[in-house]
Amino acid sequence: MQTDKAVSVSKLSRHFGKFIAVDEISFEVDKGEIFGFLGANGAGKTTAIKMLCGLLKPTSGEATVAGFSINSDTSKIKKNIGYMSQKFSLYDDLTVKENIEFYGGIYGLSREKISDKTDQLISELNLDKMKNSLTRSLPLGWKQRLALSTSLLHDPSIIFLDEPTGGVDPISRRNFWRIIYEIASRGKTVFVTTHYMDEAEYCNRVSIMHKGKIIELGTPTGLKQKYNKTTMQDIFISIIGQN
Amino acid sequence: MQPVISVINFSKSFGKTTAVKNLTFDVEKGELFGLIGPDGAGKTTTIRTLVTLISPDSGEISVTGLNVSKSIRAIRSITGYMPQRFSLYPDLSVRQNLNFFANLFEVPKKEIAERRKRLFKFSNLEPFSERLAGQLSGGMKQKLALSCTLIHNPVVLFLDEPTTGVDPVSRSEFWEILRELKKEGVTILVSTPYMDEALLCDRIAIMHEGSVLAMGKPEKITGLMRNHIYKITGNDLVLRSDVFAQIPEIISVQSFGDSLHLTFPPGFSDEDVRIKIYGLIGQELNVERIAPSLEDVFIGLVEGKIGHAN
Repeated sequence: MQTDKAVSVSKLSRHFGKFIAVDEISFEVDKGEIFGFLGANGAGKTTAIKMLCGLLKPTSGEATVAGFSINSDTSKIKKNIGYMSQKFSLYDDLTVKENIEFYGGIYGLSREKISDKTDQLISELNLDKMKNSLTRSLPLGWKQRLALSTSLLHDPSIIFLDEPTGGVDPISRRNFWRIIYEIASRGKTVFVTTHYMDEAEYCNRVSIMHKGKIIELGTPTGLKQKYNKTTMQDIFISIIGQN
Repeated sequence: MQPVISVINFSKSFGKTTAVKNLTFDVEKGELFGLIGPDGAGKTTTIRTLVTLISPDSGEISVTGLNVSKSIRAIRSITGYMPQRFSLYPDLSVRQNLNFFANLFEVPKKEIAERRKRLFKFSNLEPFSERLAGQLSGGMKQKLALSCTLIHNPVVLFLDEPTTGVDPVSRSEFWEILRELKKEGVTILVSTPYMDEALLCDRIAIMHEGSVLAMGKPEKITGLMRNHIYKITGNDLVLRSDVFAQIPEIISVQSFGDSLHLTFPPGFSDEDVRIKIYGLIGQELNVERIAPSLEDVFIGLVEGKIGHAN
């Protein structure tokens, strides 16, 4: 399957015994798009994302991520995607510098490259004074930017964000999204999963998953018009409530 | 009438960190009061002080007229407290968890079954009564935790971020239960980082770094924003925030997926905005004035940009 889409999913399914976690989903995400992947707990989002990241084989169907097949090219996919979650990405007991070096090593960068990238990131993030402090002592907003930067160390073409700004104060959240828009404008694709409907509002398009299927997909403004609602929260509740 | 919760000039520090400074608020009987704010705002410290788990450095704090430093046992027997990480026993069933908390709170044996039934009516957990708590979904766990908190019929309920990490549908069901409890006269203090949940409270205090930024009815607080916010949609290519930032009068520009939110001083009309945009890019875009969100107000208050009347 050849495609210039960042993500292209065709009739993708995953069964666990008799349970159908993901049921023939199809969708595409453009390069440089910010795509929201929404759904209630247990809707099948995590299973779908594990497949897209090459961590779980599908039962049937096909998808390409950054041009590589999730059936046959999973190692290439892993080199071309980044992952950031506000909760799990950083080691609190390592210093800022050590975290960057650690992730550089995980992503297989050379020693020189790691050292260059570390200096570059620390200066970009204005973390010079804090570089030898334990990561736990950083304010939440900075931690989040550090987590984002480390997930971009290997220059992936797609980045997966898992509830990136939950619990963060609104000012840090808006600053964070400003950076995300900047990253997307450079052609990187941003794939967001979240329960935070506030975060969904920042996406170019959103999909809503329910019982293994994608039951709605569109722009936030388009969906608001279609359902005659003013917030993504109301749309989500009305769609899931109907089903 | 004396308020059920009364907090006057409450301060608390941990080492050099001031968690709460000079906090004053009260909650009436049967009121649903929200402490709204991000992590680190002081919400948990306030709740833990009210349920007598930590002692205040200074201030007068009482629950149903009982002083939190003196009447610890009395307060604990009439309040329900659901901390952020409520410990349910994953190896016990839903019913066994409820029984366990009933025993812990010394609910008379013959009353347990009836109370369980009443709580099932709120929670819709009856069909799952024999399921192990560890196998419940996130939303169901939260409802069970709430039920365990209610087993001794508390008159005041303290809920610390009860819906964090729970999906929007389960959250909305959870709030439905809180409204039911309110009707029965239970006084509820709930904290949440979700600004949208604030709208479901009777009154809220918006907290930031240990202080209250604003307090009152939610609609009164959104009314504090005097600047006008316009939503701009249209040709994707020109929706670039840096272009609009060049308008001299503009206060802020925020991208939201397929639209931009532009903030202007009070008195700036739709027409003014259209003209400014046309002058800048030579194109007409859709301009719609929108109501400020609580998040807009929060940011406006923190940055001192809520605008002043002409």
